Amino acid sequence: MEPLIAFRDVARIYGSGEAEVRALDGVDLTINKGEFVAIMGPSGSGKSTSMNIIGCLDRPTSGKYLFQGTEVQDLDQDSRALLRRHYLGFVFQGFNLLARASALENVELPLIYKGIPKAERVARAKRALEKVGLAGRENHDPSQLSGGQQQRVAIARALAGDPMVILADEPTGNLDSHRGHEIMQLLQALNRDEGITIVMVTHEEDIAAYAQRLLVFTDGKLTRDEAVKGHS
Amino acid sequence: MLWETVTLAFITITRNKLRTFLTVLGVVIGVAAVIAMVTIGQGSSAQVSASVASLGSNVLTIRSGTRAFGPPGGGESAPKFTLKDADALADLPQIAYVAPIVTGGQTVVFGNANASTQIYGTSADYLKVQNWPLALGRGFEGTEETAGAAVCVLGQTVRTKLFGTSDPIDETVRVKNVACQVIGVLAAKGAGSFGQDQDDIVLMPIKTVQRRLEGNKDVASISVALRKSATSAQGIKAVQAVMRDRRHIGLTQADNFNVTDMKELSSMLSGVNAVLTGMLSSVAAVSLLVGGIGIMNIMLVSVTERTREIGIRLAVGASSGQVLTQFLVEAIVLSLMGGVIGILVGLGLAYGASVFMAIPFAPSGAVVAMAFGFSALVGVVFGYFPARRAARLDPIEALRHQ
Ligand SMILES: Nc1ncnc2c1ncn2[C@@H]1O[C@H](COP(=O)(O)OP(=O)(O)OP(=O)(O)O)[C@@H](O)[C@H]1O
Ligand SMILES: [Mg+2]
Repeated sequence: MEPLIAFRDVARIYGSGEAEVRALDGVDLTINKGEFVAIMGPSGSGKSTSMNIIGCLDRPTSGKYLFQGTEVQDLDQDSRALLRRHYLGFVFQGFNLLARASALENVELPLIYKGIPKAERVARAKRALEKVGLAGRENHDPSQLSGGQQQRVAIARALAGDPMVILADEPTGNLDSHRGHEIMQLLQALNRDEGITIVMVTHEEDIAAYAQRLLVFTDGKLTRDEAVKGHS
Repeated sequence: MLWETVTLAFITITRNKLRTFLTVLGVVIGVAAVIAMVTIGQGSSAQVSASVASLGSNVLTIRSGTRAFGPPGGGESAPKFTLKDADALADLPQIAYVAPIVTGGQTVVFGNANASTQIYGTSADYLKVQNWPLALGRGFEGTEETAGAAVCVLGQTVRTKLFGTSDPIDETVRVKNVACQVIGVLAAKGAGSFGQDQDDIVLMPIKTVQRRLEGNKDVASISVALRKSATSAQGIKAVQAVMRDRRHIGLTQADNFNVTDMKELSSMLSGVNAVLTGMLSSVAAVSLLVGGIGIMNIMLVSVTERTREIGIRLAVGASSGQVLTQFLVEAIVLSLMGGVIGILVGLGLAYGASVFMAIPFAPSGAVVAMAFGFSALVGVVFGYFPARRAARLDPIEALRHQ
């Protein structure tokens, strides 16, 4: 089966000369459809950088990135926006909700750019909020929701566009451990029941334990790639 | 999608009402000023044209001295006219009617009521020269003129002040110390080209004014109406010839009197009017420009403030074109709002001014449409730069922005 995501000798270099930083340095990796992958590694090892490249927010300096077998590393801004719109969903550490929009409006956002008409959009956004257990909170502003609830809204937003992949960079980083586990159970369910591929960065072993596979980065290199204990 | 964007712009704009108001204020002031200037200008042009039309046949005014405007002057040596000068002009074949005029401010009293007004000592033909009909009664008769009878014809303003709505004919009013019988009332004429009240006037036979009010035999100016067959140029030439002769001006000497053509004066006035309107409108247009820069400024601030929002939109799949459109539409909606409010305020101001200055209220659809179009243009021009800046943001940088 063709991998969903494949890096071929990917490097991402910031700056040049003395100030050169090799955030990613010759990374090869493949992620298949339906996998739940956790990425770990020390600070500055290139986890977020690889997430940004997978998410088509950034481009590799050299090497190839194949998404569903197609090279996408040379695509321009707008083509990458189309990839994000149709295949990718993001969950961030800091939630990144629109502060002055209701939960429902936040979840509707990706559907607006997909050009989905208002009525269908509202229905789909409501369904997504239901899935994350926030039925009845549609009209709350982010400031009226707890951190855990805000992250659920963000997951609903990622979910609403029917993505193939959800990319989550430290999704539990701003939450206490209890809320963190709730979020992980939610992501795990989405992976299991909806077949959504999930790639997640975390610093915590017990959070990574929800995944099936663990990638460890050190100094811009992929240094470990193994199945998570307890998963086969 | 575009409609979506417009709705979104409205939502953003209504969320911060004070800022929206301040942003829009510049455009409101600019558009309101342009609309008010142009509308008032057109009203007063219409007024000037109307007063030119009401002159009927062409009228020349002859004054002593060399200045056409202001107080008579141009050398103390310039002698005053006399009634004989007027008689001599009446004999010219180009001239239909002659009205010698002497004016002075006086208070006119009837019972408890009084009115400060302008007394015009003149001939019965004054009404014909001015093409001015009577509302009530009659004008002076020949015998009243020659005898210097104490009779008078009131302008509407004076009539209203002294008599209200009751009939003034045959009542006796007092002008200085002259008891004077009211024989007629002039039709209302409204405001003149300078906005002065033309109905604030009392006409009396010139001899009466000379003898009993002024105490001399001077004539300040002479207005003559030309026959239809005579052109202004012919009339002016004939008048100059007679007056030079009567005033013994040598061949090499300059005139010590001047002849003004009222039609020419009026067309000059409308010219001045157009220039003034143009000038004020361009000042107003500059303020519109400043308003546009205000919008650009706020939009730039807003792009910075909303960097994270832009990052989120880009992350969920907005293209840079969609972000550009969103900010551009916001700027256009803002400036159109300013435009619409400005148009309403401007028309309101112009209406107020037209009532106050007694000129016609002349709103023009073309000017309103232009102001509307121009404010849209302001939105596009000054919204484009901030919108492009928003669209070019790097999504990662934007998301990291706090
Ligand atoms: N925009 C940038 N300009 C310059 N250097 C950068 C930039 N972004 C990241 N880097 C550098 O690239 C390296 C990898 O950064 P990255 O954000 O991928 O780390 P990370 O593994 O996500 O770390 P953390 O666990 O702290 O989030 C770091 O050394 C960082 O300083
Ligand atoms: Mg990171």
